[in-house]
Amino acid sequence: MKSVKSILAGATLALGLGGAAYAEDPLKVGFVYVGPIGDFGWSYEHDQGRLAVVEHFGDAVETSYVESVPEGADAERVLTQMALSGHDLIFTTSFGYMDPTINVAAKFPDVKFEHATGYKNADNVSTYSARFYEGRAVLGTIAGHMTETNQVGYIASFPIPEVIRGINSAYIHAQKVNPDVEFKIVWVYTWFDPAKEADAATALIEQGVDVIMQHTDSPAAMTIAEERGIMAFGQASDMAQFGPTARLSSIIDDWAPYYIARTQAVIDGTWESTSTWDGIKEGMVEIGEFSDRVPAEVQAEAQAISDSIVSGEYHAFTGPLNKQDGSVWLAEGETADDGTLAGMDFYVEGVEGDIPN
Amino acid sequence: MDLSSFDPVVLITTMMIAATPILLAALGELVAEKAGVLNLGVEGMMIFGAICGFMIAVNTGSPFLGFVAAAVGGAVLSLLFGLLTQYLLSNQVATGLALTLFGLGLSALLGQSYAGIKPPSTEKLDLPVLSDLPVVGPILFSHDLMVYFAIALVAGVWAVLKYTRAGLILRAVGENHDAAHALGYKVVRIRLLAIMFGGACAGLGGAYLSLVRVPQWTEGMTAGAGWIALAIVVFASWKPWRVLLGAWLFGGVTFLQLYLQAAGVSIPVEYLSMSPYVITIVVLVIMSADKNKAAMNAPASLGKQFHATH
Repeated sequence: MKSVKSILAGATLALGLGGAAYAEDPLKVGFVYVGPIGDFGWSYEHDQGRLAVVEHFGDAVETSYVESVPEGADAERVLTQMALSGHDLIFTTSFGYMDPTINVAAKFPDVKFEHATGYKNADNVSTYSARFYEGRAVLGTIAGHMTETNQVGYIASFPIPEVIRGINSAYIHAQKVNPDVEFKIVWVYTWFDPAKEADAATALIEQGVDVIMQHTDSPAAMTIAEERGIMAFGQASDMAQFGPTARLSSIIDDWAPYYIARTQAVIDGTWESTSTWDGIKEGMVEIGEFSDRVPAEVQAEAQAISDSIVSGEYHAFTGPLNKQDGSVWLAEGETADDGTLAGMDFYVEGVEGDIPN
Repeated sequence: MDLSSFDPVVLITTMMIAATPILLAALGELVAEKAGVLNLGVEGMMIFGAICGFMIAVNTGSPFLGFVAAAVGGAVLSLLFGLLTQYLLSNQVATGLALTLFGLGLSALLGQSYAGIKPPSTEKLDLPVLSDLPVVGPILFSHDLMVYFAIALVAGVWAVLKYTRAGLILRAVGENHDAAHALGYKVVRIRLLAIMFGGACAGLGGAYLSLVRVPQWTEGMTAGAGWIALAIVVFASWKPWRVLLGAWLFGGVTFLQLYLQAAGVSIPVEYLSMSPYVITIVVLVIMSADKNKAAMNAPASLGKQFHATH
């Protein structure tokens, strides 16, 4: 499918070039997605951001996208093709595109690249990500209150800092309100595979889990939670329609303002290589509406955490916190610095199991 | 190792469900390959079956009609492949790959307004007494009907290929199409039927994903299941019962590793995640140890074009 789309994109571009000689050259913005835009999760929200760019700039920009691009060598091919076909700005929207982005960017110094959730920058490569862990703090609080079996299931994708941060933040806040809570973590090693995500949810439910959190892209786990009568949270997108009863709240990614701002920067000629890491305050992370199923006092508590993160009074990683092995990480009142968070490779005390290498 | 939270009954029942989509798809591909046709479009036919089944099941409220529609949809899509490869003599590998791309794209288009809808639930077998038996009940007597259908289909395909005249003809076409043609058999017609059977099975497998296993429609939801089905046919050395074994083994190990993780068994996750693939490779090595036997099983005319010159 993706090759067909690329060919189509190429064809449209060729047509576009023909017309460009007469009209003012529109800025070409490309997007590379790890899943299909219809995943109703991660890639879906990035594409909503792309559509916002289209709406905001109208004819001044021309966007194209390639979906379901595997992380790794194939990404490099897709990126090269995009750069060759005259794109001025390319957003690569998955962690695994980090090295391909850096490699291709080195070959095309005039093309601006923006890589999501990574940590490698170059003169023409910016990085951007959202502080999803802030959202996890809010959801973790709800999970801690809502679980009756004290077992929270967590479907994790790949053992990268972003996912580990999410697990830690959710655990810390669930444990704060419910000292008996335990997290059962399943690594599925994929961002998008509905059948596997559903199987992971089933495996967790069989182990007595009654609340599921996920860091994968499809709403499969939400569907299983609905079917089995347990609770879950929307991830990346609201996912309400997949679990009308099961869904407690959600983390929604809103990339639109960032995409518009960056596109504007290229048009104005003010684009610079930056590292953006925005959270609830800036609106890049949104907390979905709380379900009626969540008691009012829990809603209030969750809202209070969200509010205090926004106001800057509270940081999701505030000491005293120990690492899993019991060594001190953060002293009383100390908060984590971004450097440690960006490279987080350890569980906090209380989380069971080992992080795969 | 703490095995207190380990429940083999859950494991076996879920494994049977997890294996059903690839079992159906692999079985269909086996029949097509036995007739000498290599159709790499399994993934495309599966996803097309998944959306056809989903659309019809949602609109009629009947999962049964959904499965029928999935089979028809898969067969129609495979007919496209059949016409291209059998009448226009296009390359089977390239056409199969194109079919996969086409199926993925077409299903994404058709499914646009079907995201977030819950399909009607498929009935499960509920026999008095039998379904309530401990251990045996959940494993043997409480699945949805498609699980039994898939197993029955394995038995059916095996019996037809081995004991009937139709099976013999099908195999003859796959082994040596010129000889079969010389004997007066309609090679192209037989192959078209085999291709359509393969398409129907793949469609059913896809619909099982969208109607039972994940109950939802998501673009690209087969996520490579069709390729696994193709591998299982080779793994099974074109024998129906081994297809069942292969599907259960792959489906079983895939679920087992997730289950062990959830149960907190202290085996490193890396090993668990790679286990389905490692076990598949090990079994392939063991089975191909006897070189002559393994090679003999592949239909001799597999993937070759047939053009009647007289």
